[in-house]
Amino acid sequence: MLLVVYPLRSLRKGLCRRETIWQYYISILNWWSVSHSQITRLYSRFTSLDKGENGTLSREDFQRIPELAINPLGDRIINAFFPEGEDQVNFRGFMRTLAHFRPIEDNEKSKDQNGPEPLNSRSNKLHFAFRLYDLDKDDKISRDELLQVLRMMVGVNISDEQLGSIADRTIQEADQDGDSAISFAEFVKVLEKVDVEQKMSIRFLH
Amino acid sequence: MEDVWVSVAARVGAVWLALVLGLIVLPSALGVSLGISEAYMWVLVKTLEWATIRIEKGAKKPQPQMPKTPSANGIIERIETSMEEEIARLNEVNYEFSDIFYFCRKGFEAIVDDAVTQRFSSEELLSWNLLTRTNVNFRYISLRLTIVWVIGVVVRYCFLLPLRITLAAIGISSMIVGTTLVGQLPNSSVKNYLSELVHLTCSRILVRALSGTIHYHNKENRPKKGGICVANHTSPIDAIILTNDGCYAMVGQVHGGLMGVIQRATVKACPHVWFERSEIKDRHLVTKRLREHVADKSKLPILIFPEGTCINNTSVMMFKKGSFEIGGTIYPVAIKYDPQFGDAFWNSSKYNIVSYLLRIMTSWAIVCNVWYLPPMVREEDEDAVHFANRVRSAIARQGGLTELPWDGGLKRAKVKDTFREEQQKNYSRMLVRNGSIGSLSAGTESD
Repeated sequence: MLLVVYPLRSLRKGLCRRETIWQYYISILNWWSVSHSQITRLYSRFTSLDKGENGTLSREDFQRIPELAINPLGDRIINAFFPEGEDQVNFRGFMRTLAHFRPIEDNEKSKDQNGPEPLNSRSNKLHFAFRLYDLDKDDKISRDELLQVLRMMVGVNISDEQLGSIADRTIQEADQDGDSAISFAEFVKVLEKVDVEQKMSIRFLH
Repeated sequence: MEDVWVSVAARVGAVWLALVLGLIVLPSALGVSLGISEAYMWVLVKTLEWATIRIEKGAKKPQPQMPKTPSANGIIERIETSMEEEIARLNEVNYEFSDIFYFCRKGFEAIVDDAVTQRFSSEELLSWNLLTRTNVNFRYISLRLTIVWVIGVVVRYCFLLPLRITLAAIGISSMIVGTTLVGQLPNSSVKNYLSELVHLTCSRILVRALSGTIHYHNKENRPKKGGICVANHTSPIDAIILTNDGCYAMVGQVHGGLMGVIQRATVKACPHVWFERSEIKDRHLVTKRLREHVADKSKLPILIFPEGTCINNTSVMMFKKGSFEIGGTIYPVAIKYDPQFGDAFWNSSKYNIVSYLLRIMTSWAIVCNVWYLPPMVREEDEDAVHFANRVRSAIARQGGLTELPWDGGLKRAKVKDTFREEQQKNYSRMLVRNGSIGSLSAGTESD
């Protein structure tokens, strides 16, 4: 029998009072049926990022990772971890967002076949990407939202006019109902040939 | 009744001190070894091997094939494809919505496991070395292992710790007294000889205080006078490790407290270069003083740690070019600690110097390898940055460390925006090249 003393003792800090430690642990395992060692590794990663040692991460904690800070989409990715209006994310929220990047083939191993759609299904991965574009959450990617993302990715290297034409062309290609905005269905249609599973997955080594 | 206890305690204390002086201080001052530390290390190695076997037997599931260096491979599979390969075009449209997938995945990989921030915390061990602090996955294996661990705690805290503190106190006080005395002499070769003697002796005592076992390789490449010695930086005791085998002129900032006393005493005997806090910001002043020191061929070699901060001894980070602009011959030295016996890395954001020294003194031992590399000189048309990278590669190769182009200063500072701008430039180039922007104005579409 495993005595998981160290990680759980400190998990208590980020815990809401009503749940017991075991419920917390099991709820994480449900989202992402990972091994004990993977959870402890991710938890030690979470604590090493948590410089304030209060059981939650803030945006500054993420920005301290150099490889993330130089990523053109770094700010959007960080925002994905924080629910609406919040400034702190606890370990469960951290794992929940990371769960989107679990490889899809892991789903065959999970026992719960009749439950809600897992977070790492193809559709949910695409939904995650869609939300990176759709800032105002109106379920449409407008020309402005697309331009914002494009500007983040190219920096100052392309002029406004060129970028505008690129955006127009892209919307024109994907837009089917003629409203000059991309809905989620159109988004999925444009990406139907893309290997989403491979591009949006992170595999653990053990 | 109490007098009896006091006199007994005094007796015990005197015997203890005599033993320490006779068995440890005197031989180390003379550079002679009685074989006590070798015997200790032998017992330690045997115990740790036994413990590793017990832990592997005790694990319920068979351990999956762990790579030899888990920290090098990371915890996730990194597919090292370039941006161009990932964002390959399905059809000839300028931009695709899936372009963000590449950046997304890279971002999430960095969140789960990145190459830089792990260098600022202690290295993970392959198997437990019977110290509580390295116990990542606590599991109860067997009664025998626990008993050995308890014995280990008792030995380390009740026997080794007082011994080491005594030795450290003796070492530091004799260093201060010795260098002050030598400093009174007028400048002459006798003074230099005596100051070297004092420094060497005190370093040897201090190394014993840490139970240090140091293996020096390629001693023929040892730094000579008028040169600059550069090494990778893991902890403040790097300086003691190196001065155990030779004399160097230290470079550093003036501190207060005990450190300041030591600095003031030693600078009288030996031309160390101590900078005031205000002076260190003025790079030209620093370079000028160091240049003057190097130009004088009779002065001891300077010891510099170009990384500028402590890294956890698994990799070598960017060398600051300032030390390589001074001129003169560079003598690279690679220092690699064996983490099984004790973690030498100073995590200055987590521990202050006193708790760090206590942790060092309650580990098993400090075991390290020091390689002296052949001297290197800056070539004719080589700029300082390129030279610094060349030296760094040599040190990393010898010490078996990975090389990272990142700046050690990222421990505390934010990363520069220029790196992000570089990525943006690469992406824009791809976007423009693939989509043939020129055809936009002509209004043609390529399908």
